[in-house]
Amino acid sequence: MTTAATATLVPPGDDASANVQLKYRSQAVAKPYFIAAIGLFVGQIIFGLVMGLQYVIGDFLFPEIPFNVARMVHTNLLIVWLLFGFMGAGYYLIPEEAERELHSPKLALVAFWVFLIAGALTIVGYLAVPYATLARLTGNDILPTMGREFLEQPTITKVGIVVVALTFLYNLSLTVLKGRKTTISLVMMLGLWGLAIFFLFSFYNPTNLVLDKYYWWWVVHLWVEGVWELIMGAMLAFVLVKVTGVDREVIEKWLYLIIAMTLITGIIGTGHHYFWIGTPAYWQVWGSVFSALEPVPFFMMTMFAFNMVNRRRRDHPNKAAVLWALGTGVMAFLGAGVWGFLHTLAPVNYLTHGTQITASHGHMAFYGAYAMVVITMISYAMPLLRGREANGNRAQVVEMWSFWLMTVSMVFITLFLTAAGILQVWMQRMGDSPLPFMVAQEKIAFFYWLREAAGVVFFIGLVLYIVSFFVTGKSRAPR
Amino acid sequence: MSASFTKSTARNIFYGGAVFFFLLFLALTFDTTQALPKRDNRANLTEQVARGKNIWETRNCIGCHTLLGEGAYFAPELGNVYQRRGPEFIKAWIKGQPTGAPGRRQMPQFHLNDGELEDLVAFLKYASEIDTNHWPPNIEG
Repeated sequence: MTTAATATLVPPGDDASANVQLKYRSQAVAKPYFIAAIGLFVGQIIFGLVMGLQYVIGDFLFPEIPFNVARMVHTNLLIVWLLFGFMGAGYYLIPEEAERELHSPKLALVAFWVFLIAGALTIVGYLAVPYATLARLTGNDILPTMGREFLEQPTITKVGIVVVALTFLYNLSLTVLKGRKTTISLVMMLGLWGLAIFFLFSFYNPTNLVLDKYYWWWVVHLWVEGVWELIMGAMLAFVLVKVTGVDREVIEKWLYLIIAMTLITGIIGTGHHYFWIGTPAYWQVWGSVFSALEPVPFFMMTMFAFNMVNRRRRDHPNKAAVLWALGTGVMAFLGAGVWGFLHTLAPVNYLTHGTQITASHGHMAFYGAYAMVVITMISYAMPLLRGREANGNRAQVVEMWSFWLMTVSMVFITLFLTAAGILQVWMQRMGDSPLPFMVAQEKIAFFYWLREAAGVVFFIGLVLYIVSFFVTGKSRAPR
Repeated sequence: MSASFTKSTARNIFYGGAVFFFLLFLALTFDTTQALPKRDNRANLTEQVARGKNIWETRNCIGCHTLLGEGAYFAPELGNVYQRRGPEFIKAWIKGQPTGAPGRRQMPQFHLNDGELEDLVAFLKYASEIDTNHWPPNIEG
């Protein structure tokens, strides 16, 4: 057990007097990554609110910010802030697991600024010029990769992402190779290397639409239902080791089993995207069977989080981090597991494919699995990066309020979109006289208004989350 | 979990499972690649279609529409729009945007010339003839 050594315990007192040292000084490079992640998260939600309004007031902000631009900003900011979160997590947990300083903290800071500036320029490019102009300015014709969902970044930005990822992996891999090798660091590194390797398929864009879509999923699916789950599992396991004090052997056994089930179900589970895009019909069987099992690793993750917290050997003063860890276990299972299963069987998906049902699943899955696990890591690590084992009681109470506001409003966003999706399928795809797309959309506008209201509550939760970083008070939570 | 079930057993399940199912995935991918020529309408992949796909991508059409059900859910499915509306309607529609109708969802004006419109329509026609296992359920997409 190394937990107790993580932080030199100090008597309760004011924040300023609390002075907990990081175990390794170079872990401090994680801090700017976490701050950038939260900043971009705010941008993502603002554009989400814009889009939500455009769903009901179609010409809102048109032609300044057309829907397609807002969506590109919304989804790309999500991906980039999660990547910042994963990188910050990597820079924080790998030195601690490897029991040595990071190979090159300087390189980590250079990579941070390169990534932040490249990301910001890309977003400015989306907003400032028409997309076709951006494609021309960035030489898309040399190697056309733009204009595909989630991979809208100019080719040169994609190259930049690869370069940043390689410096990150080089830095962390050398640290692990020279230091202690644990299961958590190994799984984290496997996930991060997988992330980089599968991203390379974003450079393959054949004219043949079926092949284009087939390998597009090797980035998108093998990320979010494959290697990202390894990263998530490793981050969750790291935080649970720290906050529960449960024997590392037990936690690492769970971690291996969870990620085994992830890849056993998730790789062939890619087939649930190969039902209707020109690929052979046998994918309907492979995809349905294996993706129906994809909730299993997520359910194991829920059990894992609750089991470890129940068997805890210490009461960590950072209650908020424990709450986020339990929350991500539950919400990932609901969003990715249950809402994924809802429309994954081929006969169901035939009716729901490409409707608001897909959108409902996407929202809760990304929030529950990835947004929440990054926040779990930030919630645990940020107080330590700021020189204290845990935030004061008042700050933690505000953070817990933000947890409940964001999480409950996300449940409602998901439920409203599910209702909209069911009605859309009913009106547009079932029955003898199906309605045209826009006619059906107008009839379900009520649910889009409710979704937008829930989105506003989510935003309030996010503001509270940021406020919690500035609340001062007693440095230890009461027992 | 019982004590006899060790971490190394769990690790072996992970590595064995990951390798086995990834190889199975590669085998299925190989078989799919063999089967695609009969399904993906590659016979009609002309230069014009390639130019049309480039226009489709550089105008970020996927940011509002779906194509074979993938994309954004803000505007109609376009995988079968060639059958639903026909080539002339599609061209006239794109030229006439935005409608400017108050409160309605708006599509930008992309300033495509006649040749580019023909290219885009050729791409949508090619896409509409891919064998999608009878998806979408009806013409409304």
